[in-house]
Amino acid sequence: MSASPAIETSGLRKEYGAKVAVADLSLTVQRGEIFGFLGPNGAGKTTAVKMLLGLIAPTAGAGRILGRPLSDIEVRRRIGFLPEHFRFYDWLTARELLRYHGKLLGMTDAACEKQIPELLEMVGLIHHADQRLKTFSKGMLQRVGLAQALLNDPELVFLDEPTSGLDPIGRRMVRDVIRHLRDKGCAVFLNSHLLGEVEITCDRVAFISEGVVVRTASLRQLIAGETTVHIRAAGVTPETLEGLKQWGREVRADGTYIHMVVDEEESLPAIANWIVANGARLYALTPERVSLEDLFMEVVGDTGEVK
Amino acid sequence: MSRIALIAQLTFHEARRRKIMWAAVLLGLAFLAIYALGLYFLRGEIITGMDQYPQGTLTAVNMLVMMALYAVNFLIIVMTVLTSVDTIAGEVASGAIHAIATKPIRRAEILLGKWLGFAVMLVLYATLMIGGVVLITRALTGYTPPNVLRGSLLMVLEGFIVLHLSLLGGTFLSTLANGVFVLGLFGVAFIGGWMEEFGSLMYNETVVNIGILSSLIMPSEAMWRWAAYLMQPPLLRTFNVSPFGSNAQPSLAMVAYTFAYLVAALAIAIRNFSRKDL
Repeated sequence: MSASPAIETSGLRKEYGAKVAVADLSLTVQRGEIFGFLGPNGAGKTTAVKMLLGLIAPTAGAGRILGRPLSDIEVRRRIGFLPEHFRFYDWLTARELLRYHGKLLGMTDAACEKQIPELLEMVGLIHHADQRLKTFSKGMLQRVGLAQALLNDPELVFLDEPTSGLDPIGRRMVRDVIRHLRDKGCAVFLNSHLLGEVEITCDRVAFISEGVVVRTASLRQLIAGETTVHIRAAGVTPETLEGLKQWGREVRADGTYIHMVVDEEESLPAIANWIVANGARLYALTPERVSLEDLFMEVVGDTGEVK
Repeated sequence: MSRIALIAQLTFHEARRRKIMWAAVLLGLAFLAIYALGLYFLRGEIITGMDQYPQGTLTAVNMLVMMALYAVNFLIIVMTVLTSVDTIAGEVASGAIHAIATKPIRRAEILLGKWLGFAVMLVLYATLMIGGVVLITRALTGYTPPNVLRGSLLMVLEGFIVLHLSLLGGTFLSTLANGVFVLGLFGVAFIGGWMEEFGSLMYNETVVNIGILSSLIMPSEAMWRWAAYLMQPPLLRTFNVSPFGSNAQPSLAMVAYTFAYLVAALAIAIRNFSRKDL
């Protein structure tokens, strides 16, 4: 059982009449992996998540969650889900909400009594536990939604825009929760358009555009790869400049600045050495990481058009 | 606890927490209090009347009970619509359903749980109101309408028709549209029932058929008419043409049809909801 990936889909497709919401969702998420799912507004991210969770029936294609088919009911005992803009019956208190969800998950009273205070503490709502949801702010609702998603100690958690409505402290809390889940070996499917957030937390990302997964990549590969380096140094001879080409490309000088593109971060110490050893005075050497944002623009396109 | 019972419990919890239950019970008691008060002050006349003009007095008392039950019947319908009309459509619209439907529970169980919660509330409310009217009448005047149990069951059955339609409508309509849908059907049945009544009074078969057709589309009014027929003294049946009474011959086939109708409405609701993209 545990050999099966957390999520495995091939050719999942959803059409609403003539409109194609998701054209081809084919991806694999490993156990314990923090997986970022990125795409512009209207790309089909939420529809994709809803298909994986059985809320929406796919028009075509197939998928498995923790080794079970998407329509399986029992596998949901091992899954957590925080919907986008979490809403629930506003006449319940936070504690009651968690108790009902615990029972829906088939948890015993004892398990609920143990888990609920811990989770309320974790999401920072322990002092609001017996307050009705109708008095909650958007951010507080999101927090209780997150607690609800983690009740059953899941093996796989879907977070759909988890930080929407959260203040910076709340965002920090979500990041900490994701790290905590990673430490426990829980896989996380993070649906987000906040690239900074994904960059900090995810192991791997998929880009979805117009309903198709256009690229899947490991974040480490992406970021540790090609890097633009800005160097400020005085007394650089043309020979020294020429010599820099052994570590990278597009070397160009601009007054006391030199810009170049290196293939891997590991070359940076050697570059510094080379400059100093050739008698130049090195003031600064700054690698400019290829941000996820640049990559996003490159993959998804930067037309800014809502598809 | 079973998952159906858990959802039913949530439905109940909601009615309690949102003070729907208390409002219904308190105002129901107010209704019964006014009825009891009126009857209390009339009881001298009724008791002497029973001695001197038994037929006329009986007619008057029965009219009074039937009028109260007619109001109760209407209240049952409106309360059922009001409490259940938003339950599915509203949760789909707000997204609250997402957190439930992704738990290890079948959609059918969600729907049946809600059904169970509202069904219990409907039966409790009907028991309070019908039981209250009948017991107050009996205590103050000594009169009990005939066939009161069968009549009450038909009234409850009418409530169930409305409940099932409201759950069904919730699977494909918005809250507001669903309310319009169910009450609109109630209107169709109401006017159809009247047409049937007049048609049969004037021996016009076409008009009777129009009434029957409307009862097939929505059997609610037929249930009330039969309840009213059963709960009148036989003498009154032939000439009592008012919403509080009926000269319609009850038919067992219609009740059988109503049960089939209930099952079909709930089955379609489950099927719709199970296939619905949430």
